[in-house]
Amino acid sequence: MSAVVKVYRWEMFKLFAQKRTYLGLGAAMLVPVIFVVVLLLQSGGPNDVPLGRYVRETGLVAPFLVLFFMSIWGLPLITALVAGDIVAAESHNGTLKTILTRSRERGQIFAAKVLASFSYVIAVVFAMGFVGFVAGSLAFGFHPLTSLSGTKVSAWHGLVLLGASLGVYVLPLAGVAAFGLMLSTVTRNSAASVVGTLMFALLMQLLGVLPGTESFRPYLLGTQFDAWHGFLRVPADFAPVTRAVWVCALYTIVPLFAAYLVFLRRDVAGD
Amino acid sequence: MSGPPIAARGLGKRYGEIVAVDSVDLTVEPGDVFGYLGPNGAGKTTSLRMMLGLIRPTEGSVELFGRDPLIDGAKALDGVAGFVEGPRFYPYLSGRRNLELLAAYDEPDSRSRIGEVLELVDLADRAKDRVGGYSHGMKQRLGIASALLRQPRLLLLDEPTTGLDPAGMRDMRDFVRRLAGEGITVLLSSHLLGEVEELCNRVAIVSKGAIVYEGALAELLARASTGYRLRSTEPERARMVCLSQQGIDGVELVAGELRFQADEDAVAALSVALGQARIGVTALVPETASLEELFLGLTEDEPDDDAEEAVA
Repeated sequence: MSAVVKVYRWEMFKLFAQKRTYLGLGAAMLVPVIFVVVLLLQSGGPNDVPLGRYVRETGLVAPFLVLFFMSIWGLPLITALVAGDIVAAESHNGTLKTILTRSRERGQIFAAKVLASFSYVIAVVFAMGFVGFVAGSLAFGFHPLTSLSGTKVSAWHGLVLLGASLGVYVLPLAGVAAFGLMLSTVTRNSAASVVGTLMFALLMQLLGVLPGTESFRPYLLGTQFDAWHGFLRVPADFAPVTRAVWVCALYTIVPLFAAYLVFLRRDVAGD
Repeated sequence: MSGPPIAARGLGKRYGEIVAVDSVDLTVEPGDVFGYLGPNGAGKTTSLRMMLGLIRPTEGSVELFGRDPLIDGAKALDGVAGFVEGPRFYPYLSGRRNLELLAAYDEPDSRSRIGEVLELVDLADRAKDRVGGYSHGMKQRLGIASALLRQPRLLLLDEPTTGLDPAGMRDMRDFVRRLAGEGITVLLSSHLLGEVEELCNRVAIVSKGAIVYEGALAELLARASTGYRLRSTEPERARMVCLSQQGIDGVELVAGELRFQADEDAVAALSVALGQARIGVTALVPETASLEELFLGLTEDEPDDDAEEAVA
């Protein structure tokens, strides 16, 4: 286990030594600021989305709205930029053979890469939520939050709900990251993996809005981006959250297992 | 750990119809500086990849100190270091950071040796610079440094002087010579005959994926002795003396010079006979094929680049 932790630390170090990492993280932190500034510059708000009509009541609403808008392609793209690249870039640059000829097993290196990808996803989501909360609070104050059921919850309770929502929001992104890792391992091509992962995420979203998909819509990955709505009902509805946990687990474990098998057995030749 | 540094038995790699490596049997003994010699595309790099566990053989096996990378995983690389197709590093990290990263991937952690190996390869002054700005020669030296971090007993080097200028090539050869002097077993893959002749005590010559010669370099050169040349003051009389001597065969007079095949004893007897016949000898020299001639003879009809290009 300590070997995986050691490799994981260096995976994170490599991640944060590359510009593209900051591109994604920076975008995730910039979007909430832009969103709040636009709200300040105009009247009204996005009334047709959950919580939209309450956006000027409290700064707590802004990060929820950003979560909603970023689920379509923003965060999947940011996730794909890292997960789709993390193995393929090493194949392309030849550094995979460098690290595979040391003392760490392939499985340990793969595990560290998975952990690093997930860590990045968590960092992006929570950084986005935090910046959205700070920007929203500076603009609209830290006041009680109106839930999706129409009842008010205290500001501090609202903050806890935001944290829980961010946590659940990470789950479908983990599924996107797992798909990206699989493509990255199998194709050994960063561009193909990033684009393929984004296409996968968009397809999941598209299937969710097409007529005739109602029967399996609850089990689509895209649907799980809305699981946090359950926390914002009074009383809390844990059904969508529970479903998100196991549905996302399936979307995560299956591609990761496939990628693991490929990574263990693959020939590392000149890519 | 037991067993020779490298023991390959029937090692093979196929890509569909293409045979990249064909039933290679190879033993590298402790202390050898072993030249793995072959033209481009002969399967050298593919063999090294299999030895380092980077690719899976389709037939046969290879063991390093008695351990098979396919079975024992990274443990098979204990005491082993090297690189194939040139060392590769993270260009956005400094040389030192790259070594720190690789040290963390070693067991035991070799971080404490970083300063020492950087000094050894003369990169201490540039250790804080990003590798992306390094010259090819500096990257090669960093590759050696990263290998030495592991304190290897076996070093596998794939074309280590390729792309280096003459001074860089000299330095790299000095490194290899020095490491060999310290008792490290070295497998040196190369297509540079002079390099192999200069550094190696044993060689394997590989052609179209298969080994066509394996053994001591000196034996190979000795086996290739093709005969003797004799220049004398009286070529025609000397020819008659040669013809009358036992053990002297294939005597030919070409442009005033005699050529023949014989063993050393017969040549010694001939020199005495020529003296007794009062024939002045101006030259009596053995003709030996150069390593280049031997290499070309053994690997004729090369190159066949298809196999290894298919790997890439």
